[in-house]
Formats: sequence, C-alpha cells, structure tokens
Amino acid sequence: MEIKKTASAGTLESSDIMVTLEKGAKGIEIDLTSTVEKQYGKQIRKVITETLESLGADGVKVVANDRGALDCTIKARVCAAFYRAAESTDYKWGE
Amino acid sequence: MKNILGVEFPDHIDGIGDLKAFDGKRHTGTPFEEGLKAPQGRTNKMVESLEKAIELSGLKDGMTISFHHHFRNGDYIVNLVVDTLAKMGYKDLVLAASSLTDCHAPLIEHIKNGVIKRIETSGLRGELANEVSNGLMDIPVIFRSHGGRARAVATGELHIDVAFLGAPSCDCAGNANGFNRDGDTSYDCGSLGYAMPDAQFADKTIILTNHIVPYPNTPAAIPEVHVDYIVTIDEIGNPKGIASGATRFTTNPRELKIAQTAAKVMENSGYFEDGFSFQTGTGGASLAVTRFLEEKMVAKGIKANFALGGITGAMVKLHEKGLIKKLLDVQDFDLDAVRSVRENPFHCVVSGHHYAGPGTEGSAVDQLDMVVLSALEIDTDFNVNVLTGSDGVIRGAIGGHPDTASGAKMTIIVAPLIRGRIPTILDRVNTIVTPGSTVDVLVTEYGVAVNPARTDLIERLTAAGIELKTIKELQAMAEAIVGKPDPIEYEDKIVGLVYYRDSKVIDVIRKVKNN
Repeated sequence: MEIKKTASAGTLESSDIMVTLEKGAKGIEIDLTSTVEKQYGKQIRKVITETLESLGADGVKVVANDRGALDCTIKARVCAAFYRAAESTDYKWGE
Repeated sequence: MKNILGVEFPDHIDGIGDLKAFDGKRHTGTPFEEGLKAPQGRTNKMVESLEKAIELSGLKDGMTISFHHHFRNGDYIVNLVVDTLAKMGYKDLVLAASSLTDCHAPLIEHIKNGVIKRIETSGLRGELANEVSNGLMDIPVIFRSHGGRARAVATGELHIDVAFLGAPSCDCAGNANGFNRDGDTSYDCGSLGYAMPDAQFADKTIILTNHIVPYPNTPAAIPEVHVDYIVTIDEIGNPKGIASGATRFTTNPRELKIAQTAAKVMENSGYFEDGFSFQTGTGGASLAVTRFLEEKMVAKGIKANFALGGITGAMVKLHEKGLIKKLLDVQDFDLDAVRSVRENPFHCVVSGHHYAGPGTEGSAVDQLDMVVLSALEIDTDFNVNVLTGSDGVIRGAIGGHPDTASGAKMTIIVAPLIRGRIPTILDRVNTIVTPGSTVDVLVTEYGVAVNPARTDLIERLTAAGIELKTIKELQAMAEAIVGKPDPIEYEDKIVGLVYYRDSKVIDVIRKVKNN
C-alpha cells in the first residue's frame, strides 16, 4: 500500500497517542512528542517503525503526539492512520 | 557596692560570682529602660511597616530568613517579604522555609538577581522546582523532612536569624495563632505547628498579620515571648488557597480499592486494638482509608487514642463521633479541620518538633501504631520517593514521610501500580526520601506486598486470608502491561541534597539531562 493523502488517528487524551502520517522522503521519519519521552521514547519509536514496516510502508513522515499510550494502543493508532492515508479498507484482521 | 535604694553589699561572693546593683530601670541599656512600670498600652512591638521591622531586626546580607507553609498555595508572605528585601538591597540571603510550592515562582527572579543565595525546604513545586532541577542555583537546595527541619532549628544547626511568620490572628503583644475565637476567621489556617520552632529559636521573629485581635489571643501557637515585632498588612494570603472546603472522598474506584485493602491490612495487622493510633498522608487513597477504618472500628467496638499529623475532615468526623479521642495537629488540610481545632478541646496543636523531631528524646511519631503514606515511586528494596517525578524533575515535598515511617510500628505505602504508562515500582527509585528499612507494606490495586523483613506481618496477614505477593511480582505485573522504562539520564551537577531526619545525606538530586 502507498500513502495517498495525509491522515491521522488517535486523540490527545491521556494514555492515547495522536498519529499523523504524510508522504515523506525514503524510509520512515518520526517526529515524536511524548509525556514519557525520557522513559519510553526509544520504545515508542521502535513500535511505530515496526508497525509501519510490517504494513510495508516506505517514504512516510510520522508526526506523533503521545500521552503515555501503551504499545498496543500505539500499534492500533499507527495502523489506522496508515490505512486512512492509503485510502484502503482492505484490513488484515488476522495479522 | 550600693544600689539606688541604699542597700550595701559586696561586689562579689565566692560560689556565686559578681553581683549587680538594682538600678530601678526596666531594661537597662535598651530604649525601654525608663521606669519600672510597663508603659500604658504598651505597643512597642507594633511596627508601622515591614521595612522598619526588617531594619529593627538587624538583618544583614548573607543571613538566614525563615517562613512557614501553613498558607500553602495561597501564601502571600514569602513573595511579599522577599520582594521587600530585594527593594531594600539585600543580597545572598539563605531562605529556609518549612516548604515552598507553585505560588513561589517569583523567587526565580530573586535567585537570578542575587537576593537569594541558597534554599532549604521540605519541597518544591511548579516553575521554581523546574528551574531548580534545570540548574538554576549554584548551591544545591537542602531538602529536609518536617521533623528533621524542626530539630535542626532547635539545635541551631539550621540557625534562623530572622523569622517572617504570617498569622491570621495576633494581639498587640505578639500572641499569634492560625485561628482565633475573637472575630474574622476567613483567613484561618488552623495549626501553626511548623512556625512554632522558628518563632522559638530565631534570633528575631516578625509576625505579619491582617488581623489584630484584643489581648490575649488565646490559644496562641506562638506566644508573645517569642515575638519581637508585629507588622499589619492587608492580606496574608488568598483564603481559597489557604484552606479549601471539606476534602471530598475520592470516587475513583482504583483509589477506593487501594484504600479498602489498606484498611483490611490495618485491621489484621495486630495493631488494630482499643487505644490504637494512626496517621494518614495526603492523596485520594490515603485519605479514603479513614472512612473504611471507621466501619471496622464500629464493628469491633474499639476506639483510637489519637490521630496525628496533617489533620483532615475525615479524622475530625471520627473525633466528633468519639471514635478518636484526641487529635494531635501540626497542620490542617481543610476547613473542617480548621473549624475543629477552633472548637474541640481535645484537638490539640503540636509543633513540628513535638510532632516529628528525630532526637533521642523522641516525638509523637514514635508513639504511632500505623501510618498510611503515598508514594510517587517505590523500589524493590521498599525505598520510597515522594520528591522527584518519574522524569527526574523535582515536583513534591518530603513532608513528614521519613519521620512517620520511622516512628510507626507499621508503615503502609498506598500507590497505584501504574500511573498512565509509568510504573510505580522500580529497581531503584530516582530519589530516596524514605529508606526501605522503615517501610513495611505496599498496597496497590493489584495486590499487597510486605517487606520480607517483617515476617510477623507476613504471618498475621496470611493467617487473615490476605493474599500477598512479593514486590517483584507486583513489579512484573506492571511491566507486562507498560514495559520497562529506561532510566532517567542526569548530568553531574547536584541541584538538591536530600537530608534524612538526622541531617545525614540519604540521596542527591542531579540536574536533569535535556536532549
């Protein structure tokens, strides 16, 4: 799948993360703001990157505003944002 | 030698020493030496302005000034006094407050412009705390517990040159109190426990009040014999910040579960007998414990001899129902507690020294059976941090945490297992405030862990059917949900020294590293 437009998922509520994806240069570029940057910054970047890679994304700019979301939440928000950005509803529920 | 009444006597008597001759003066060598009778309507402590009182006090650059924190986030005194000292050109002062909070952010400017050189306090919050954590001060802030500070003031280790103490009532002779029975009560804060050692041991004590009441202002936390000057000002603080209405019971189900479990631990600890004593700290779960304790006291038909510490409306309710015989009150947390200390004869004010002093002579905390305290972090050795946040930035106060933990027969820490994504249990807390050897039980919403050193408690609680986990098991449960946090990175610069009760360094706070 390919990014066709800028799209986002999530909220700025505590324990959530707001993820916005747009077309970018090659690879995955992450601009992260997090209330738990010092403790979990590396882990959050890792989860975002792994989630996008598993979806086959490339050339993506990610703007993420995290309010202490758990890994499962981050994964779900990145996934939703990516499907919206790719204008796809071909969800792979089993994966 | 002959005195002015013509009596002759020797200048010196062996075994006694040199003798002085009666001279008919009231205070020889002072402005008050005329005559023996007190001047009519004696008001010489009343000074027309703060500037004048400061001049009379003899304050000099580099000296130590002190304040109390009974007006909490409504306090106007610290900022007013330091602004005035800045205008008068003072430099390099040591500010020793019983605590500082959000409303004291204007001190940042006075640190930068050299008026304040060093700070001693129980805690820091808000912008001032942020700045200090980021290296604002050349000399580290000294953090002391309430008991440790009181003892240091009493022994002279923390010598106070001039104490500036706000009081919601004071008479013309200096009898000052946190409440009064003579008039306006809207600025009342209740107990003035943390101001009492300052008034007693400072070289000079200046009372700042908005409310002069007729002599004698009784009861008085600060008696006139400890007061040198009185200044009247329009406002000592914002009543809304000084004391708010009754502390509402939490409706947060997680806090209620923690409180309920803590009460069950207390009930089965072996200390829940007629005549027991307890203290609770602040925080939703800690405050709610009192409510659950009430049910258990009624069911068992027992009463507490006393409750100690920061007094809350919840404790007052039990006192007025006859379930707690006496309240020993160093500080009041809400208007119900303030009303009670004004009205109830067995609701007694105690000084910070009497409350929690760590000396060999002992203090009220040493009589405690049980204390329930909060924690920002606790580690697998049961060390507790209530001073710095999970990001390493100062955001709290030591308070009486290490004092009560050390004194009580059983110290219970109540805390949620996770806050947002942040786990409460760490391998090592960011700042040790209370050593694990004084902490006995951790109660979370996911379970209870007992310090392995307390085999007696483990036996009793297990026998009562309370399922116990190890603190490492609780830590693993949290990490399964949120993952393991990376440790906070610090720079080398020390921004804070944490003194244990006896003024020995228990930990240091370093400047946080910002990327």
